[in-house]
Amino acid sequence: MSTILVIAEHQDGAPKKSTLQSIHFARQLAGRTGGSIHLAVIGSAAASVAAKLAGYGAQTIYTVEGAGLEKYLAQPYTGVVTGLIEASGANVVVATSGTFGKDLLPRVAGATGWGMVADCTALAGDSEVLYKRPMYAGNILATVRCTTPGAVISVRASEFDAAEETGGASAIQAVELTADAAGSSFVGFEGVESERPDLGEAEVVVAGGRGLKDGENFFAVMNPMADALGAAIGASRAAVDSGFCPNDMQVGQTGKVVAPGLYFAVAISGAIQHLAGMKNSKCIVAINKDPEAPIFQVSDYGLVADAFKAVPELIGKV
Amino acid sequence: MKILVAIKRVIDPDARIRLNADSSGVEEESVEYKVNPFCENAIEEALVLQGAHGGEVVLVTVGPEDVTQTIRSGLAMGADRAIRIEGVDTELDSDLVARILHKVVERESPNVILLGKQAVDGDNNQVGQLLAQYMGASQACFASEVVLEGEQAKVTREVDGGLETISIPLPAVITADLRLNEPRYASLPGIMKAKRKPIDVLTLDELGVTDTALKIEVLSLELPPERQAGSMVESVDDLLDKLKNEARVL
Ligand SMILES: Cc1cc2nc3c(=O)[nH]c(=O)nc-3n(C[C@H](O)[C@H](O)[C@H](O)COP(=O)(O)OP(=O)(O)OC[C@H]3O[C@@H](n4cnc5c(N)ncnc54)[C@H](O)[C@@H]3O)c2cc1C
Ligand SMILES: Nc1ncnc2c1ncn2[C@@H]1O[C@H](COP(=O)(O)O)[C@@H](O)[C@H]1O
Repeated sequence: MSTILVIAEHQDGAPKKSTLQSIHFARQLAGRTGGSIHLAVIGSAAASVAAKLAGYGAQTIYTVEGAGLEKYLAQPYTGVVTGLIEASGANVVVATSGTFGKDLLPRVAGATGWGMVADCTALAGDSEVLYKRPMYAGNILATVRCTTPGAVISVRASEFDAAEETGGASAIQAVELTADAAGSSFVGFEGVESERPDLGEAEVVVAGGRGLKDGENFFAVMNPMADALGAAIGASRAAVDSGFCPNDMQVGQTGKVVAPGLYFAVAISGAIQHLAGMKNSKCIVAINKDPEAPIFQVSDYGLVADAFKAVPELIGKV
Repeated sequence: MKILVAIKRVIDPDARIRLNADSSGVEEESVEYKVNPFCENAIEEALVLQGAHGGEVVLVTVGPEDVTQTIRSGLAMGADRAIRIEGVDTELDSDLVARILHKVVERESPNVILLGKQAVDGDNNQVGQLLAQYMGASQACFASEVVLEGEQAKVTREVDGGLETISIPLPAVITADLRLNEPRYASLPGIMKAKRKPIDVLTLDELGVTDTALKIEVLSLELPPERQAGSMVESVDDLLDKLKNEARVL
């Protein structure tokens, strides 16, 4: 029996898609082991986020708001999650492996003494639940066992569809927990405001690489392309390192992992570390002027062309 | 100022990874090893902080005797000394590494502990956070800028939506992202000097780590399904036609 506590991620009073993907994973696990799913919503506007999650089949949604929890900080959030583990009796804690989950979940594992499965892509095993996870930039798939009485699991969101609503209404329970920041504090945030879909959630992603020469050219090509296709913009590490675009656009082993319905790789060579972040996309299109570029080995459609000519032509004809 | 840097040796990230004959592990015959790229960023940052604030840079790694070469390349960058804890990769998981490092932290009492954000073999991204939890200390993971201000560190972190800055009290754990800095190359004199720098070797017993049970056991490895290369198209028109009528994604 599993009692699963899913840590919700939310923004501006609404759950992020990754929360629904974690719920999807939790349902699969509960389907295997029996048991119940609970949600934890921590931080500003927790109550309104909880209300929006009430139809997803969770037994209880715990909300924790208050001083010291407005902005995420590792120590107070770890304290709150361990408090909620006690309140719910959870023996499995789940969140997706974005930077929030990557930062928080190992601390929860340390606090509980449970093992942590990082970046789980699927469940495996017969009588016993085992977990699949990629290693070596996705070049190897490992099957692992967690030997502790409880488990902490970060889920690779791109491998799980968003859970559908099931109807019914979860009990929503506000919990008072004090948060000790232990001398750490939030100083500031520098984000890019964008009307475009979130890179991790978009159905279409257009990604640009070093071949786009500089920042001005990068956006001169990628912005209209993203507009025309309703896409999010991604980038290779080389494009980010060269200062063409912000770091949160990086797709790959050490950036974001995406699996949209349609992925365009524009002037990206296709290094294994880049492929690690996009090769599970349903349809991959590569535009590269080098016919030998490795990206063509994983693309469904390859076009050998100069991006500065091909992309404007494509936009004009879509 | 004492800075402890945890480093790991990994198979060259640009090499092709192969499974061994019985798929129990990856092929280690005739592979090249390197310092995990993120650990190089961690060493570089330690040296920059040492340059600005003085003090000592100590490297620590958990691994078998042949990681000594990796340690020397870290020392050649400019670190002062190193500690190697006897251990074998297959008998370690992130949690055990973190508990071992915690013992080292207790012995050395560093002000700053730097790690890579992830080891590019296991891709776990856990050890720094676990260590911070065991120390009861603050953490700043995925750092792209570190500024020491008295007893606090101001760290900018690469997070999903952009760049976040937090302030944390020392001693603290900081994990390096790739854009933190550009790791220096070892100079020839640096390489010569590294040969004489001390490397202490300790066993788990000597450190006082008695519980060596793994929390995560790797049972088997496989290659993921290969993605089939599709077709080349001749023109933008051809591409749009295929996307609309064949793949039906437009
Ligand atoms: C530890 C580690 C982690 C890494 N993590 C990541 C990661 O998360 N994500 C990532 O992307 N990389 C990552 N990398 C880097 C990766 O190895 C590659 O260096 C990087 O992906 C290359 O980016 P690129 O394809 O844009 O550049 P390049 O390899 O330089 O390729 C540029 C391409 O553009 C093409 N081109 C040039 N001009 C034009 C034109 N006018 N029209 C069309 N095509 C053109 C060229 O033919 C070439 O194929 C990592 C590396 C390491 C060591
Ligand atoms: N065997 C080891 N010895 C020393 N440090 C390690 C070891 N394994 C991991 N680390 C450190 O922990 C970081 C993150 O590793 P991981 O959590 O395994 O992805 C690495 O970049 C190293 O700094």
